[in-house]
Amino acid sequence: MPISLKAIIESLLFTADAPMSLDRLCDMLEDHGRDEIRSALRELAEMYASREGGIHITEVAGGWQFRTRADLQQYVQRHVKSRPVRFSQSALETLAIIAYRQPVTRSEIEYLRGVDSGGVLKSLLEKKLVRILGKKDIPGRPIIYGTSRDFLEVFGLKDLKGLPTLKEITALDDVPLFEQQDELPLDGSSNSVEKQDQLEL
Amino acid sequence: MPLRFDPVLARGPVMMILEREENLSLLEGLHGAYNVQLESFEGPLDLLLHLIRKNELDVRDIPIATITRQYLDYIQLMKELNLEIAGDFLLMASTLLHIKSRMLLPQQDDEVHDEDEGDPRAELIRRLMEYQQYKEAGMLIGARALLGREVFKRPDTGETNCEVPGHDDPVELDLFSLVDAFKDLLARIPVESFHEVAPAETFSIADSINEILALLQERDMVSFDVLISEEQTRERVIVSFLAILELCRLKLIRIFQHGDTGHIWFVPAVADSTADDSSEADEFDTNCTSNLE
Repeated sequence: MPISLKAIIESLLFTADAPMSLDRLCDMLEDHGRDEIRSALRELAEMYASREGGIHITEVAGGWQFRTRADLQQYVQRHVKSRPVRFSQSALETLAIIAYRQPVTRSEIEYLRGVDSGGVLKSLLEKKLVRILGKKDIPGRPIIYGTSRDFLEVFGLKDLKGLPTLKEITALDDVPLFEQQDELPLDGSSNSVEKQDQLEL
Repeated sequence: MPLRFDPVLARGPVMMILEREENLSLLEGLHGAYNVQLESFEGPLDLLLHLIRKNELDVRDIPIATITRQYLDYIQLMKELNLEIAGDFLLMASTLLHIKSRMLLPQQDDEVHDEDEGDPRAELIRRLMEYQQYKEAGMLIGARALLGREVFKRPDTGETNCEVPGHDDPVELDLFSLVDAFKDLLARIPVESFHEVAPAETFSIADSINEILALLQERDMVSFDVLISEEQTRERVIVSFLAILELCRLKLIRIFQHGDTGHIWFVPAVADSTADDSSEADEFDTNCTSNLE
Protein backbone atom coordinates (compact mmCIF):
# COMPACT_ATOMS: atom_id res chain seq x y z
CA MET A 1 0.00 0.00 0.00
CA PRO A 2 1.54 3.33 -1.02
CA ILE A 3 2.22 5.70 1.83
CA SER A 4 0.92 9.18 1.23
CA LEU A 5 1.93 12.22 3.24
CA LYS A 6 -1.68 12.66 4.21
CA ALA A 7 -1.76 9.17 5.68
CA ILE A 8 1.34 9.85 7.72
CA ILE A 9 -0.01 13.12 9.07
CA GLU A 10 -3.33 11.49 9.82
CA SER A 11 -1.71 8.77 11.89
CA LEU A 12 0.42 11.28 13.76
CA LEU A 13 -2.57 13.42 14.63
CA PHE A 14 -4.51 10.37 15.71
CA THR A 15 -1.93 9.30 18.26
CA ALA A 16 -0.97 12.73 19.53
CA ASP A 17 -1.90 13.76 23.07
CA ALA A 18 -2.18 17.44 22.27
CA PRO A 19 -2.78 19.57 19.19
CA MET A 20 0.17 19.26 16.82
CA SER A 21 1.60 22.39 15.36
CA LEU A 22 2.83 22.76 11.82
CA ASP A 23 6.34 23.30 13.17
CA ARG A 24 6.22 20.04 15.03
CA LEU A 25 5.04 18.17 12.00
CA CYS A 26 7.82 19.71 9.95
CA ASP A 27 10.36 18.59 12.54
CA MET A 28 9.06 15.07 12.43
CA LEU A 29 8.77 14.88 8.67
CA GLU A 30 12.10 16.24 7.58
CA ASP A 31 11.87 14.82 4.12
CA HIS A 32 8.91 16.96 3.27
CA GLY A 33 8.76 20.71 2.78
CA ARG A 34 6.73 23.02 4.94
CA ASP A 35 4.37 24.04 2.17
CA GLU A 36 3.87 20.43 1.21
CA ILE A 37 2.94 19.50 4.75
CA ARG A 38 0.70 22.50 5.13
CA SER A 39 -1.33 21.73 2.06
CA ALA A 40 -1.53 18.04 2.97
CA LEU A 41 -2.93 19.12 6.34
CA ARG A 42 -5.48 21.37 4.68
CA GLU A 43 -6.57 18.64 2.34
CA LEU A 44 -6.88 16.24 5.23
CA ALA A 45 -8.98 18.69 7.22
CA GLU A 46 -11.24 19.31 4.25
CA MET A 47 -11.60 15.61 3.65
CA TYR A 48 -12.82 15.09 7.17
CA ALA A 49 -15.11 18.09 7.03
CA SER A 50 -16.78 17.01 3.83
CA ARG A 51 -17.37 13.36 4.67
CA GLU A 52 -20.09 14.24 7.20
CA GLY A 53 -18.42 12.04 9.75
CA GLY A 54 -18.29 12.31 13.52
CA ILE A 55 -14.80 13.72 13.80
CA HIS A 56 -13.07 16.74 12.36
CA ILE A 57 -9.53 17.98 12.32
CA THR A 58 -9.77 21.28 14.17
CA GLU A 59 -7.20 24.03 14.23
CA VAL A 60 -6.79 24.93 17.87
CA ALA A 61 -4.11 26.23 20.26
CA GLY A 62 -1.63 26.74 17.45
CA GLY A 63 -1.95 23.20 16.17
CA TRP A 64 -4.27 20.57 14.77
CA GLN A 65 -6.30 17.99 16.60
CA PHE A 66 -8.99 15.40 16.02
CA ARG A 67 -12.19 16.40 17.75
CA THR A 68 -15.78 15.25 17.69
CA ARG A 69 -18.40 17.42 16.04
CA ALA A 70 -20.16 19.78 18.39
CA ASP A 71 -23.64 18.75 17.32
CA LEU A 72 -23.00 15.18 18.41
CA GLN A 73 -22.53 16.38 21.95
CA GLN A 74 -25.48 14.55 23.48
CA TYR A 75 -24.24 11.18 22.28
CA VAL A 76 -20.62 11.59 23.11
CA GLN A 77 -21.26 13.18 26.48
CA ARG A 78 -23.07 10.13 27.76
CA HIS A 79 -20.25 7.87 26.74
CA VAL A 80 -17.33 9.87 28.02
CA LYS A 81 -16.42 9.02 31.58
CA SER A 82 -15.43 12.41 32.94
CA ARG A 83 -17.97 14.97 34.10
CA PRO A 84 -18.87 17.70 31.65
CA VAL A 85 -16.92 20.89 31.92
CA ARG A 86 -18.81 23.77 33.52
CA PHE A 87 -17.90 27.38 34.09
CA SER A 88 -19.51 29.79 36.50
CA GLN A 89 -20.15 33.39 35.57
CA SER A 90 -17.31 34.52 37.82
CA ALA A 91 -14.92 32.11 36.16
CA LEU A 92 -15.93 33.33 32.70
CA GLU A 93 -15.69 37.00 33.63
CA THR A 94 -12.29 36.50 35.17
CA LEU A 95 -11.07 34.49 32.21
CA ALA A 96 -12.29 37.18 29.86
CA ILE A 97 -10.47 39.88 31.80
CA ILE A 98 -7.26 37.91 31.87
CA ALA A 99 -7.56 36.89 28.23
CA TYR A 100 -8.05 40.42 26.98
CA ARG A 101 -5.84 42.30 29.39
CA GLN A 102 -2.94 40.00 30.02
CA PRO A 103 -0.56 40.51 31.62
CA VAL A 104 -2.78 41.55 34.48
CA THR A 105 -2.50 41.58 38.27
CA ARG A 106 -5.00 40.36 40.79
CA SER A 107 -5.87 43.82 42.02
CA GLU A 108 -6.52 44.97 38.47
CA ILE A 109 -8.88 42.04 38.02
CA GLU A 110 -10.61 42.87 41.28
CA TYR A 111 -11.01 46.49 40.35
CA LEU A 112 -12.66 45.56 37.07
CA ARG A 113 -14.98 43.00 38.62
CA GLY A 114 -15.73 44.93 41.77
CA VAL A 115 -15.29 41.81 43.92
CA ASP A 116 -12.64 39.73 45.58
CA SER A 117 -11.25 37.30 43.03
CA GLY A 118 -8.80 35.18 45.00
CA GLY A 119 -10.95 32.08 44.93
CA VAL A 120 -11.69 32.21 41.22
CA LEU A 121 -8.05 32.83 40.40
CA LYS A 122 -6.96 29.89 42.45
CA SER A 123 -9.48 27.64 40.78
CA LEU A 124 -8.47 28.78 37.29
CA LEU A 125 -4.81 28.27 38.14
CA GLU A 126 -5.54 24.77 39.34
CA LYS A 127 -7.39 24.01 36.14
CA LYS A 128 -4.33 25.31 34.31
CA LEU A 129 -6.40 27.72 32.27
CA VAL A 130 -4.48 30.62 33.74
CA ARG A 131 -0.79 30.79 34.40
CA ILE A 132 1.62 33.03 36.25
CA LEU A 133 3.68 35.13 33.91
CA GLY A 134 5.90 36.70 36.49
CA LYS A 135 5.88 39.68 38.81
CA LYS A 136 5.16 43.28 38.04
CA ASP A 137 8.00 45.66 38.66
CA ILE A 138 6.16 47.97 41.02
CA PRO A 139 6.11 48.18 44.82
CA GLY A 140 4.74 44.99 46.26
CA ARG A 141 5.85 43.02 43.19
CA PRO A 142 2.39 41.61 42.56
CA ILE A 143 2.00 38.48 40.48
CA ILE A 144 0.89 38.92 36.88
CA TYR A 145 -1.39 36.44 35.18
CA GLY A 146 -2.08 35.35 31.65
CA THR A 147 -4.03 32.62 29.92
CA SER A 148 -2.42 29.29 29.15
CA ARG A 149 -2.28 26.98 26.18
CA ASP A 150 -4.94 24.83 27.79
CA PHE A 151 -7.22 27.85 27.77
CA LEU A 152 -6.94 27.99 23.98
CA GLU A 153 -7.57 24.26 23.76
CA VAL A 154 -10.62 24.25 25.97
CA PHE A 155 -12.21 27.28 24.34
CA GLY A 156 -11.42 26.14 20.83
CA LEU A 157 -9.27 29.12 19.92
CA LYS A 158 -6.50 29.05 17.39
CA ASP A 159 -4.75 31.86 19.22
CA LEU A 160 -5.65 34.87 21.32
CA LYS A 161 -6.55 36.84 18.22
CA GLY A 162 -9.46 34.44 17.83
CA LEU A 163 -11.21 36.10 20.74
CA PRO A 164 -14.12 38.34 19.72
CA THR A 165 -12.86 41.91 19.66
CA LEU A 166 -14.02 44.13 22.48
CA LYS A 167 -15.51 46.52 19.96
CA GLU A 168 -17.86 43.79 18.80
CA ILE A 169 -18.88 43.27 22.36
CA THR A 170 -19.66 46.91 22.98
CA ALA A 171 -21.84 46.87 19.89
CA LEU A 172 -23.96 44.23 21.58
CA ASP A 173 -24.54 46.70 24.34
CA ASP A 174 -27.01 48.56 22.17
CA VAL A 175 -29.30 45.57 22.37
CA PRO A 176 -28.64 44.29 25.86
CA LEU A 177 -28.80 40.52 25.93
CA PHE A 178 -31.21 40.34 28.81
CA GLU A 179 -33.88 42.30 27.06
CA GLN A 180 -34.09 39.75 24.29
CA GLN A 181 -36.06 37.38 26.44
CA ASP A 182 -39.79 37.52 26.98
CA GLU A 183 -41.39 38.35 30.25
CA LEU A 184 -41.25 35.29 32.44
CA PRO A 185 -44.60 33.96 33.61
CA LEU A 186 -45.03 34.48 37.30
CA ASP A 187 -45.47 30.83 38.10
CA GLY A 188 -41.87 30.25 37.15
CA SER A 189 -42.56 27.79 34.36
CA SER A 190 -40.64 28.81 31.30
CA ASN A 191 -38.36 27.45 28.65
CA SER A 192 -36.91 30.81 27.89
CA VAL A 193 -34.66 30.63 30.89
CA GLU A 194 -32.63 27.86 29.31
CA LYS A 195 -32.66 29.52 25.94
CA GLN A 196 -31.18 32.61 27.46
CA ASP A 197 -28.04 30.70 28.20
CA GLN A 198 -27.54 29.40 24.71
CA LEU A 199 -26.04 32.37 23.01
CA GLU A 200 -25.26 31.87 19.38
CA LEU A 201 -21.85 33.17 18.50
CA MET B 1 -41.34 50.98 51.79
CA PRO B 2 -42.97 48.91 49.08
CA LEU B 3 -40.66 46.79 46.97
CA ARG B 4 -41.60 45.47 43.59
CA PHE B 5 -41.93 41.83 42.58
CA ASP B 6 -39.13 40.99 40.22
CA PRO B 7 -38.78 37.47 38.90
CA VAL B 8 -36.37 38.42 36.14
CA LEU B 9 -33.05 36.81 36.67
CA ALA B 10 -32.09 34.56 33.82
CA ARG B 11 -29.55 32.42 35.53
CA GLY B 12 -29.25 30.78 38.87
CA PRO B 13 -31.65 31.13 41.76
CA VAL B 14 -34.21 33.84 41.43
CA MET B 15 -34.00 36.75 43.77
CA MET B 16 -37.41 38.08 44.59
CA ILE B 17 -38.12 41.53 45.85
CA LEU B 18 -41.44 41.05 47.53
CA GLU B 19 -44.47 43.18 48.05
CA ARG B 20 -43.96 43.70 51.68
CA GLU B 21 -47.59 43.99 52.73
CA GLU B 22 -48.88 41.00 50.85
CA ASN B 23 -46.09 38.60 51.48
CA LEU B 24 -45.20 39.47 54.98
CA SER B 25 -45.83 35.94 56.13
CA LEU B 26 -43.51 34.56 53.46
CA LEU B 27 -40.79 36.92 54.52
CA GLU B 28 -41.30 36.00 58.12
CA GLY B 29 -41.20 32.39 57.15
CA LEU B 30 -37.84 32.90 55.51
CA HIS B 31 -36.55 34.52 58.64
CA GLY B 32 -34.37 32.18 60.56
CA ALA B 33 -35.58 29.19 58.58
CA TYR B 34 -32.25 28.84 56.89
CA ASN B 35 -29.35 30.88 55.62
CA VAL B 36 -29.64 31.26 51.88
CA GLN B 37 -26.51 31.57 49.79
CA LEU B 38 -27.26 34.10 47.09
CA GLU B 39 -25.23 33.62 44.00
CA SER B 40 -27.26 35.51 41.49
CA PHE B 41 -25.05 38.54 41.43
CA GLU B 42 -21.34 38.43 41.00
CA GLY B 43 -20.83 41.59 42.97
CA PRO B 44 -21.94 45.19 43.36
CA LEU B 45 -21.21 46.09 39.75
CA ASP B 46 -23.31 43.20 38.57
CA LEU B 47 -26.13 44.26 40.87
CA LEU B 48 -25.95 47.83 39.66
CA LEU B 49 -26.11 46.70 36.06
CA HIS B 50 -29.16 44.67 36.91
CA LEU B 51 -30.86 47.63 38.53
CA ILE B 52 -29.99 49.84 35.60
CA ARG B 53 -31.44 47.35 33.13
CA LYS B 54 -34.51 46.73 35.19
CA ASN B 55 -35.27 50.41 35.25
CA GLU B 56 -34.43 50.65 31.57
CA LEU B 57 -31.89 53.33 32.21
CA ASP B 58 -28.96 54.38 30.15
CA VAL B 59 -25.82 53.41 31.97
CA ARG B 60 -24.14 56.54 30.67
CA ASP B 61 -26.60 58.77 32.49
CA ILE B 62 -27.80 57.07 35.62
CA PRO B 63 -30.03 58.93 38.07
CA ILE B 64 -27.84 58.48 41.07
CA ALA B 65 -30.53 59.07 43.67
CA THR B 66 -32.85 56.39 42.31
CA ILE B 67 -30.12 53.85 41.85
CA THR B 68 -28.68 54.46 45.27
CA ARG B 69 -32.06 54.04 46.90
CA GLN B 70 -32.75 50.77 45.10
CA TYR B 71 -29.30 49.49 45.80
CA LEU B 72 -29.67 50.21 49.51
CA ASP B 73 -33.11 48.57 49.51
CA TYR B 74 -31.48 45.52 48.07
CA ILE B 75 -28.79 45.39 50.69
CA GLN B 76 -31.45 45.80 53.34
CA LEU B 77 -33.39 42.90 51.90
CA MET B 78 -30.30 40.73 51.84
CA LYS B 79 -29.81 41.49 55.50
CA GLU B 80 -33.36 40.56 56.30
CA LEU B 81 -33.07 37.30 54.47
CA ASN B 82 -29.90 36.52 56.40
CA LEU B 83 -27.84 36.49 53.26
CA GLU B 84 -24.15 37.04 53.48
CA ILE B 85 -23.19 40.46 52.29
CA ALA B 86 -19.67 40.68 50.98
CA GLY B 87 -17.70 43.73 52.03
CA ASP B 88 -17.56 44.76 48.39
CA PHE B 89 -21.28 45.44 48.44
CA LEU B 90 -21.00 47.71 51.41
CA LEU B 91 -18.07 49.53 49.91
CA MET B 92 -20.16 50.22 46.82
CA ALA B 93 -23.02 51.45 48.98
CA SER B 94 -20.77 54.07 50.52
CA THR B 95 -19.37 54.95 47.11
CA LEU B 96 -22.87 55.56 45.81
CA LEU B 97 -23.75 57.73 48.76
CA HIS B 98 -20.57 59.68 48.29
CA ILE B 99 -21.33 60.31 44.65
CA LYS B 100 -24.87 61.28 45.51
CA SER B 101 -23.69 63.81 48.06
CA ARG B 102 -21.27 65.34 45.60
CA MET B 103 -24.06 65.69 43.06
CA LEU B 104 -26.05 67.64 45.60
CA LEU B 105 -23.33 70.21 46.12
CA PRO B 106 -23.68 73.39 44.11
CA GLN B 107 -21.56 73.45 40.95
CA GLN B 108 -18.73 75.98 40.94
CA ASP B 109 -18.54 77.22 37.39
CA ASP B 110 -16.09 80.12 37.28
CA GLU B 111 -13.51 78.89 39.73
CA VAL B 112 -10.90 76.32 38.96
CA HIS B 113 -11.73 73.05 40.61
CA ASP B 114 -9.25 71.58 43.01
CA GLU B 115 -9.63 68.22 41.43
CA ASP B 116 -10.69 68.20 37.83
CA GLU B 117 -13.76 66.19 38.71
CA GLY B 118 -16.38 66.95 36.16
CA ASP B 119 -19.24 64.58 36.65
CA PRO B 120 -18.92 62.82 40.01
CA ARG B 121 -20.53 59.76 38.44
CA ALA B 122 -17.90 59.52 35.74
CA GLU B 123 -15.66 56.93 37.31
CA LEU B 124 -18.53 54.71 38.34
CA ILE B 125 -20.03 54.87 34.87
CA ARG B 126 -16.71 53.98 33.34
CA ARG B 127 -16.33 51.05 35.69
CA LEU B 128 -19.82 49.83 34.96
CA MET B 129 -19.32 49.95 31.22
CA GLU B 130 -16.00 48.23 31.43
CA TYR B 131 -17.36 45.54 33.70
CA GLN B 132 -20.27 45.03 31.38
CA GLN B 133 -17.88 44.49 28.51
CA TYR B 134 -16.01 41.77 30.30
CA LYS B 135 -19.14 40.20 31.62
CA GLU B 136 -20.49 39.88 28.11
CA ALA B 137 -17.15 38.75 26.80
CA GLY B 138 -17.24 36.03 29.43
CA MET B 139 -20.67 34.94 28.28
CA LEU B 140 -19.56 34.90 24.68
CA ILE B 141 -16.58 32.70 25.28
CA GLY B 142 -18.66 30.55 27.57
CA ALA B 143 -21.07 29.98 24.72
CA ARG B 144 -18.42 28.53 22.45
CA ALA B 145 -18.15 24.80 21.85
CA LEU B 146 -15.96 23.84 24.79
CA LEU B 147 -13.62 20.90 24.96
CA GLY B 148 -15.16 18.48 27.40
CA ARG B 149 -18.64 19.90 27.01
CA GLU B 150 -19.69 19.99 23.36
CA VAL B 151 -16.55 18.78 21.70
CA PHE B 152 -14.29 15.91 22.70
CA LYS B 153 -10.85 14.67 21.88
CA ARG B 154 -9.48 11.17 21.89
CA PRO B 155 -9.03 10.09 25.50
CA ASP B 156 -5.51 9.45 26.77
CA THR B 157 -4.47 5.90 26.03
CA GLY B 158 -2.05 5.39 28.88
CA GLU B 159 -0.37 2.08 29.39
CA THR B 160 -2.76 -0.83 29.58
CA ASN B 161 -1.49 -4.19 30.80
CA CYS B 162 -3.66 -6.62 28.96
CA GLU B 163 -2.75 -9.87 30.57
CA VAL B 164 -5.58 -12.28 30.26
CA PRO B 165 -5.14 -14.77 33.07
CA GLY B 166 -5.33 -18.42 32.13
CA HIS B 167 -8.51 -20.03 33.24
CA ASP B 168 -6.73 -22.58 35.36
CA ASP B 169 -4.34 -20.21 36.99
CA PRO B 170 -5.15 -18.84 40.39
CA VAL B 171 -6.43 -15.32 40.15
CA GLU B 172 -5.82 -12.72 42.76
CA LEU B 173 -9.13 -12.00 44.30
CA ASP B 174 -11.07 -8.81 44.49
CA LEU B 175 -13.29 -8.02 47.38
CA PHE B 176 -16.58 -8.83 45.74
CA SER B 177 -15.59 -12.32 44.71
CA LEU B 178 -14.53 -12.94 48.26
CA VAL B 179 -17.83 -11.71 49.59
CA ASP B 180 -19.68 -13.90 47.10
CA ALA B 181 -17.72 -16.96 48.15
CA PHE B 182 -18.38 -16.14 51.73
CA LYS B 183 -22.07 -15.78 51.05
CA ASP B 184 -22.14 -19.20 49.42
CA LEU B 185 -20.38 -20.70 52.37
CA LEU B 186 -22.73 -19.10 54.80
CA ALA B 187 -25.68 -20.38 52.85
CA ARG B 188 -24.49 -23.91 53.41
CA ILE B 189 -24.76 -23.58 57.15
CA PRO B 190 -28.27 -24.08 58.43
CA VAL B 191 -29.81 -21.13 60.19
CA GLU B 192 -30.27 -21.86 63.82
CA SER B 193 -33.87 -21.90 64.84
CA PHE B 194 -33.10 -20.89 68.37
CA HIS B 195 -30.80 -18.33 69.70
CA GLU B 196 -28.19 -19.14 72.28
CA VAL B 197 -27.86 -16.25 74.61
CA ALA B 198 -24.81 -17.53 76.41
CA PRO B 199 -22.53 -19.12 73.88
CA ALA B 200 -20.42 -21.93 75.22
CA GLU B 201 -17.26 -20.49 73.87
CA THR B 202 -16.72 -17.07 72.47
CA PHE B 203 -14.59 -17.08 69.40
CA SER B 204 -13.06 -13.72 68.80
CA ILE B 205 -11.44 -12.41 65.67
CA ALA B 206 -8.10 -12.59 67.42
CA ASP B 207 -8.61 -16.26 68.04
CA SER B 208 -9.48 -16.81 64.44
CA ILE B 209 -6.44 -14.92 63.27
CA ASN B 210 -4.20 -17.05 65.42
CA GLU B 211 -5.83 -20.18 64.12
CA ILE B 212 -5.34 -19.18 60.53
CA LEU B 213 -1.73 -18.18 61.04
CA ALA B 214 -1.04 -21.47 62.78
CA LEU B 215 -2.52 -23.35 59.86
CA LEU B 216 -0.41 -21.35 57.43
CA GLN B 217 2.70 -22.31 59.29
CA GLU B 218 1.99 -25.99 58.81
CA ARG B 219 1.05 -25.82 55.18
CA ASP B 220 1.88 -23.51 52.31
CA MET B 221 -1.65 -22.85 51.32
CA VAL B 222 -4.88 -23.03 53.19
CA SER B 223 -8.24 -23.40 51.58
CA PHE B 224 -11.13 -21.31 52.75
CA ASP B 225 -13.27 -24.44 53.03
CA VAL B 226 -10.86 -25.98 55.49
CA LEU B 227 -11.66 -23.29 57.97
CA ILE B 228 -15.30 -23.96 57.76
CA SER B 229 -16.22 -27.47 58.67
CA GLU B 230 -19.76 -28.56 59.08
CA GLU B 231 -19.80 -28.12 62.80
CA GLN B 232 -19.18 -24.48 62.51
CA THR B 233 -21.78 -22.04 63.66
CA ARG B 234 -22.63 -18.97 61.64
CA GLU B 235 -20.84 -16.97 64.24
CA ARG B 236 -17.60 -18.79 63.64
CA VAL B 237 -17.91 -18.45 59.90
CA ILE B 238 -18.43 -14.74 60.18
CA VAL B 239 -15.57 -14.31 62.59
CA SER B 240 -13.28 -16.30 60.34
CA PHE B 241 -14.21 -14.14 57.41
CA LEU B 242 -13.46 -10.99 59.33
CA ALA B 243 -10.16 -12.49 60.43
CA ILE B 244 -9.22 -13.12 56.82
CA LEU B 245 -10.05 -9.55 55.89
CA GLU B 246 -8.00 -8.25 58.77
CA LEU B 247 -5.05 -10.42 57.85
CA CYS B 248 -5.28 -9.17 54.33
CA ARG B 249 -5.40 -5.58 55.49
CA LEU B 250 -2.35 -6.20 57.63
CA LYS B 251 -0.73 -7.60 54.51
CA LEU B 252 0.00 -10.87 56.26
CA ILE B 253 -1.80 -13.05 53.75
CA ARG B 254 -2.73 -13.02 50.10
CA ILE B 255 -5.94 -14.43 48.76
CA PHE B 256 -6.44 -16.31 45.50
CA GLN B 257 -9.36 -17.85 43.79
CA HIS B 258 -9.01 -20.85 41.53
CA GLY B 259 -10.30 -19.97 38.09
CA ASP B 260 -12.30 -23.10 37.49
CA THR B 261 -13.38 -24.44 40.80
CA GLY B 262 -13.86 -21.11 42.46
CA HIS B 263 -12.15 -22.35 45.59
CA ILE B 264 -10.49 -19.70 47.63
CA TRP B 265 -7.02 -20.13 48.98
CA PHE B 266 -4.74 -18.00 50.99
CA VAL B 267 -1.03 -17.93 51.39
CA PRO B 268 1.25 -16.03 53.66
CA ALA B 269 2.31 -12.76 52.10
CA VAL B 270 5.97 -12.30 51.37
CA ALA B 271 7.52 -9.83 53.80
CA ASP B 272 9.16 -7.52 51.27
CA SER B 273 6.28 -7.31 48.84
CA THR B 274 6.32 -4.80 46.02
CA ALA B 275 3.56 -2.29 45.52
CA ASP B 276 1.83 -4.60 43.06
CA ASP B 277 1.76 -7.50 45.42
CA SER B 278 0.10 -5.66 48.20
CA SER B 279 -2.32 -3.86 45.92
CA GLU B 280 -5.14 -6.25 46.51
CA ALA B 281 -4.53 -6.02 50.19
CA ASP B 282 -5.06 -2.30 49.83
CA GLU B 283 -8.44 -2.96 48.34
CA PHE B 284 -9.61 -4.53 51.55
CA ASP B 285 -10.14 -1.27 53.21
CA THR B 286 -12.77 -2.56 55.52
CA ASN B 287 -14.12 -0.90 58.56
CA CYS B 288 -13.51 -3.92 60.75
CA THR B 289 -12.12 -2.75 63.97
CA SER B 290 -9.46 -5.04 65.17
CA ASN B 291 -10.26 -6.94 68.31
CA LEU B 292 -6.69 -7.83 68.82
CA GLU B 293 -5.60 -7.22 72.32
